[in-house]
Amino acid sequence: MSQLQPYVDCKVSVVMNDGRLVVGILRGLDQTTNIIMQSCQERIFSEDEAVEVVDLGLYMIRGDNIALIGLIDEVADAALDLDSLRGEPLQPVKH
Amino acid sequence: MLFYSFFKTQVGQHVTVELKNDLAIQGVLESVDQFLNFKLKDIKVVDEERYPHMLSVKNCFVRGSVVRYVQLSPPTVDTALLQDAARREAQSTQQMQQAKPNVAPPVA
Repeated sequence: MSQLQPYVDCKVSVVMNDGRLVVGILRGLDQTTNIIMQSCQERIFSEDEAVEVVDLGLYMIRGDNIALIGLIDEVADAALDLDSLRGEPLQPVKH
Repeated sequence: MLFYSFFKTQVGQHVTVELKNDLAIQGVLESVDQFLNFKLKDIKVVDEERYPHMLSVKNCFVRGSVVRYVQLSPPTVDTALLQDAARREAQSTQQMQQAKPNVAPPVA
């Protein structure tokens, strides 16, 4: 039933409502999109510096704060050069 | 429930979902649920230069609560049918409310 079940135990990238991007392994979820992620890393994008990666560890994120969950293609992700990637930080969600 | 049923008819179509953080994502609608959460496949962020955050993401789940717009391709939508269905749903909701009024029954 749950649309997210196939993503469990896969590497996902989560966009949060405050604009943060967290990458990690999806371990669990419920019907309100509360999720548990393991080995999380935050990726901080900026326009004039390399992408900063911050280790976060194990996270439980409340569904209300989640905008999007993307399934990461590990091959494409390994090919990404985070040091040369530039981009605006994502804007926070405005309801 | 009408829009849930409507979006189910759009499964397999190309759609563009605009989020409330101004991110717009183009992709094929894979599935939808009762909260109007969407699953998209073969996605592409509309302004990839500006938002390279999702370059390694091909499939994604969008939470219904952050969707601002869904852009559909006009030929896939029968607007007359949709309008009619909306009218009928409004009517049946009204009838249900009339059937069980909020006033308490008189005490015998």
